Amino acid sequence: MIEILLDATVRAGTPILFATLGAILNERAGIINLGIEGLMLIGALAGFAGTFASGSLLVGVLAAFFAALAAGCLHAFVTVQMRGNQIVSGLALTMFGIGITALFGRGMVGATIQGFERVAIPGLSQLPIVGNAFFNQDLLIYFSFLLVVAMAFFFYRTRWGLALRTAGENPAAADTCGVPVSLTRFLAVIIGSGIVGIGGAYLSLATTPMWIENMSAGRGWIAVALVIFASWSSYRALAGAYLFGGITAMQLRFQAMGTTVSAHILQMLPYFFTILVLVISTIRLQKGASQQPEGLGQPYDREDRK
Amino acid sequence: MTDLLQVKNIRKTFPGVVALDDISLSIAPGEIHTLLGENGAGKSTLMNVLTGLYRPDCGEICFDGEPVSFGSPRDSLAMGIGMVHQHFMLVPAHSVFENILLALDKIPNFYSRKQYQQKIQQVLDDFELDLDLDAPVWSLSIGAQQWIELIKLLIRDCRLLILDEPTAVLTPQESARLFRVLTRLRDQGKSILFISHKMREVMEISDRVTVLKKGRSLTTLARGSYDQGRLASLMIGEDQVPEWEKAPCQDERLALEIRNLSVRNDRGLSDLDNFTMKLQRGQVLGVAGIAGNGQKALAEVLTGLADASSGKILADDGQDITNSTARSSYIAGIAHIPEDRKSIGIAPDMTVDDNLIMKSFTSPAFRRGIFQDRAAIRNNAAEKIEQFAIKAGPTGNPVRYLSGGNIQKVIIARELSEQPSVLVALYPTRGLDIGSAEYVHKVIVDGAKQGMSTILISEDLDELLKLSDQIVVMFRGRLAGCVDPRSTTREEIGLLMSGEVQT
Repeated sequence: MIEILLDATVRAGTPILFATLGAILNERAGIINLGIEGLMLIGALAGFAGTFASGSLLVGVLAAFFAALAAGCLHAFVTVQMRGNQIVSGLALTMFGIGITALFGRGMVGATIQGFERVAIPGLSQLPIVGNAFFNQDLLIYFSFLLVVAMAFFFYRTRWGLALRTAGENPAAADTCGVPVSLTRFLAVIIGSGIVGIGGAYLSLATTPMWIENMSAGRGWIAVALVIFASWSSYRALAGAYLFGGITAMQLRFQAMGTTVSAHILQMLPYFFTILVLVISTIRLQKGASQQPEGLGQPYDREDRK
Repeated sequence: MTDLLQVKNIRKTFPGVVALDDISLSIAPGEIHTLLGENGAGKSTLMNVLTGLYRPDCGEICFDGEPVSFGSPRDSLAMGIGMVHQHFMLVPAHSVFENILLALDKIPNFYSRKQYQQKIQQVLDDFELDLDLDAPVWSLSIGAQQWIELIKLLIRDCRLLILDEPTAVLTPQESARLFRVLTRLRDQGKSILFISHKMREVMEISDRVTVLKKGRSLTTLARGSYDQGRLASLMIGEDQVPEWEKAPCQDERLALEIRNLSVRNDRGLSDLDNFTMKLQRGQVLGVAGIAGNGQKALAEVLTGLADASSGKILADDGQDITNSTARSSYIAGIAHIPEDRKSIGIAPDMTVDDNLIMKSFTSPAFRRGIFQDRAAIRNNAAEKIEQFAIKAGPTGNPVRYLSGGNIQKVIIARELSEQPSVLVALYPTRGLDIGSAEYVHKVIVDGAKQGMSTILISEDLDELLKLSDQIVVMFRGRLAGCVDPRSTTREEIGLLMSGEVQT
């Protein structure tokens, strides 16, 4: 029972994990991205279409990454180059993503592909309880583990990561140290967007190998909330994503068991928890526990007079 | 010997403001060169041009005899020009190590933490600094943060170090230590461009001094060819005091009294330190002093924006109004012309009409029940616009579209609309053209005739000498002296301002 639940937790949490990691990369560089939901949909459709056309899952994942990256360019252009309002630009990106995927996805509705399959890691997958959930999964899940570690390493052990974090904390300080602030922020936004796209692709290539309109169903918004919950740390993003995966898995389980509680109430649970998490994180934020980048949401203009 | 840096005829404008008009100066290798000038003379703008943050509109910069153009701080850093900014360029959430590491040139992307920790530690040891590399910067004192800024430059082997008022946040002991380090660096052949308006320091450390005034470089003097009086009069200007004089205040009744008032700032330092003064009815009390010596705290505590940590403010009837809120201070009749007109004087995006009633929008004159009385608000605005000759543009114009002088008139019109008994005016003519400045002066003098007392905080000695019945000079939050504008000299005020003498 626990094994099955844990397995469902990881599978439900992974798309949110990718999306959260992508959003963290954005926000660490100081750019708020509320376009996560739209980027996930773009990734989901591009991933599905890529695999459908080529028959290769790798092509699908790459298509998702680059399609979302291209869409992220819009947000990067508006917020970094034009120093526009990050909130409005992000919301527009989400609506754009919903609309464009509904339009171009019509031909994909009903199409089928061969999705990701489980690949057991010899030895580790035999571990009791956790073995099946963590080491008998598909390749994208293994990739997500790698990404969590790689991102933490990138932030805290490389000069690029330091430059990116400084650009997000105090862009003027980064500038006077010779860091190209705009370029750094631009790259962070588009690569982060690409990672979000992979989260979308997980939905259409692994969770349910098909294209359904608006199939991200609010997961992008959960990711936005999780960034704060995770205090901009990739490890805590993993914990947060699995927390939500767990809630999703549990409510599905309850439904399958045929409880008398309305399915609508159960489906509401993850979103209810999102609000709860935001309240708790905000309280922690006020107590100064958070690592919110100081320059978050602020456009940087070198010649701006203070 | 060729100059390390030559600046020729630099000009830099911002929308509506000429920050640098015509600046030329040169810096030799191995000298400490001081830039002296009042606030707004263009010191910081010039520094930002030299470090590549601002691009000049015209003019030429030569480094090592070669003409250069800085597109970004990266370019000037590559040349070996580094700067300690007045507002530190540090990331408070990052560790000392991370802050210094980013300043290092050419470190690999996958760096060895240990190796660079050692390298940074060596530099720290060299300068006998005791800093914990893993401590987050926010946990350090301001003095220590300044050292980190300096280390960021030293570790890069900068050839020209620019320091923008580095001693403003240091204790005398820390300043002395900084000067020892700067002298040592100078002897090693590095050039230092030092910005300050503390006379004592300028006299102590400079090899040469360049005086800036209103965006122009007036002159460069070598050590020995200047003394404090000469520099002070150059910096402040030697224009004649105008003939026109204000009638002296005769009323002996008190309007306001401050007794032993102290205000502490966020860092726990005293912005205002045991300050005592009396203001008579109808008197214009000039407050002189170099910016940052407690004038702002004085204005804030009088208008209820800051709390006093000790001491008393007494109203004309002897009532203690020390820590009343901004609102009840207003009720006690204190009007305020703030220093920063755009950020606290007005709501920039709201209309002129609305800005004019901001202090009295709850008054029955401007509302009908719970609704605004738009017609009354408009009439009030039309009246004020005519009375104060405000160029307000079309009706419904956001106030931010107005020029600085007209914004100031909007603020004055609003503040004086309630017939205040006391006006606190901070730098009320800063950045205004002559006509607008004259207008502000007239308002203050006319108000005085009708019994309004004014605390006029200004850096413009002409203005102070012309309007004041009495001038108090502030230095480091304390009362440095009190002079009679009819019998004092600029030199006397200048020396009081620099804290050299006390009366």
